[in-house]
Amino acid sequence: MITGMGGHMTLFLIVTLNGLTLAALYFLAASGFSLIFGLMRTVNMAHGALLLLGGYVGYSVVDTTGSWALGVLSGGLAAAFAGAIVQAGVLGWMQGDELRQTLASIAISIIMADLMLWYWGGLTYQVELPEALSGGQRLPVLGVGYANIRLALMVFALVTGLALWFLIQRTRLGAVIRAGVDDQDMLRALGFPINRIFILVFALGGLLAGMAGVIAASALSIAPGTDLQFLLSSLVVVIVGGMGSVGGAALGALLVGLAEQYGLAYAPTYGAVFTFAIMVVVLAVRPQGLLGRAEK
Amino acid sequence: MATDALLRIDGLDLHYGSSHVLHGVNLQIGDRPLGILGRNGMGKTSLCRTIMGLHPNSAGRILFEGSDISGLPPERRAQAGLGYVPQGRRIFRSLSVEEHLRIVARKGGNWSIDRVYETFPRLKERRRNLGDRLSGGEQQMLAIGRALLLNPRLLVLDEPTEGLAPAIVSDVVDLIGKITTEGIAVLLIEQNLHAALAAVDDVAIMVGGEVVETMTADALDNDQAMQKRHLGLEPGQAGKGE
Repeated sequence: MITGMGGHMTLFLIVTLNGLTLAALYFLAASGFSLIFGLMRTVNMAHGALLLLGGYVGYSVVDTTGSWALGVLSGGLAAAFAGAIVQAGVLGWMQGDELRQTLASIAISIIMADLMLWYWGGLTYQVELPEALSGGQRLPVLGVGYANIRLALMVFALVTGLALWFLIQRTRLGAVIRAGVDDQDMLRALGFPINRIFILVFALGGLLAGMAGVIAASALSIAPGTDLQFLLSSLVVVIVGGMGSVGGAALGALLVGLAEQYGLAYAPTYGAVFTFAIMVVVLAVRPQGLLGRAEK
Repeated sequence: MATDALLRIDGLDLHYGSSHVLHGVNLQIGDRPLGILGRNGMGKTSLCRTIMGLHPNSAGRILFEGSDISGLPPERRAQAGLGYVPQGRRIFRSLSVEEHLRIVARKGGNWSIDRVYETFPRLKERRRNLGDRLSGGEQQMLAIGRALLLNPRLLVLDEPTEGLAPAIVSDVVDLIGKITTEGIAVLLIEQNLHAALAAVDDVAIMVGGEVVETMTADALDNDQAMQKRHLGLEPGQAGKGE
């Protein structure tokens, strides 16, 4: 860690990189949450459980097959499937009753957490990394060393963000989803079966959460409680960034991730306060979130 | 009116919370375009929304092409051939003009995106613009164009002339005439008596959630007393609907 720039600078760079890493994870977790929130006004409190499920499934698949890519994919698909079932089987029956949905999703998250505890136990898991992603890099220009997996995570979040943006802004399905965010009743009156679109979006949110879970399990680690950690961060990210907007989720994740790491490094006693201070300020000044649009 | 009406509404009741909004509404719509007139708050928009399935009716039946659709969700009614141009137009603010049309357009059928652009050249010029960047008239054209792309059997228009400049109002009236000649039935809710009388053949008058009179447009045109009694037509009376 000895560089020409001195310890302070190195610490700052490392903390910043850690903040970006965390932001990338928060973005992956929160983007699906935000999509669901924006379209259906459903606060899916089981989103963290979907993420943890994806992480566990990914761990087991990598453990069995040895393929990390397959692990990320299966973790994502498992959570996508679980998300579709949550919407089709439970939350879809109470559409329009947001409080009931929120409470039901809390129940689902507790049940899922217990089932996962029963199956995977209370251990902390870390997914074994493929050759290419293990080890570290000395970064050019900055001159600090950093773990490959964390760098890959940032790239992955960036690519996912762009893909999601493309899906929402440039495809027909994306246009239908945006129309649903704007005016559900009108979309139905134009012949769109909103329930099927809801299930699809829940699956998409689950896919993002599940992949985030496997990646969290690779870059960091997962254990019982990881679900609540990411649920909480997703809530804060969406409140700060604005619901239903990919850009908002990205901005919110950046602010929250960086604030958390700077807080931890420079003011450990008050570390946790920064995140919530940001949230309080945003709620006071711009309640719809930084990039969110006010309701009509 | 024909006995085999396209849309037939029998004893339709609507409760909205604790208030009783529609009281046994009876209506029939066949080939002749029908206008529904009435003052503010008489239940006209509620009737539209109930026909489309956006409010569940508490009693009565809605028969469309002979089958009861009152249990169907809005999307099934739209697929069955009910086109809806709602009050306030309800354009999706984050979709461009082109996207509005593209999500609704289907292969085959009378109406295509190109034909909507031919009918409303203004929309073609504005096709990259987002919904909330359009003028009221442009939004109205888009709302009608998007409903027509469903190739509906019946088009329900809820105050399409509201807030529009007089020249555009007459465009809308002409368009309704054109739609009718294509064999699309029209149910037109209006506050603007003159626009309604120019666009439709028959009128029904709603008062207090009930249809109290049904007559031809010409008969209402010549009945000043009726206009005054039920529509209270003094200048400046027209305004926002319920």
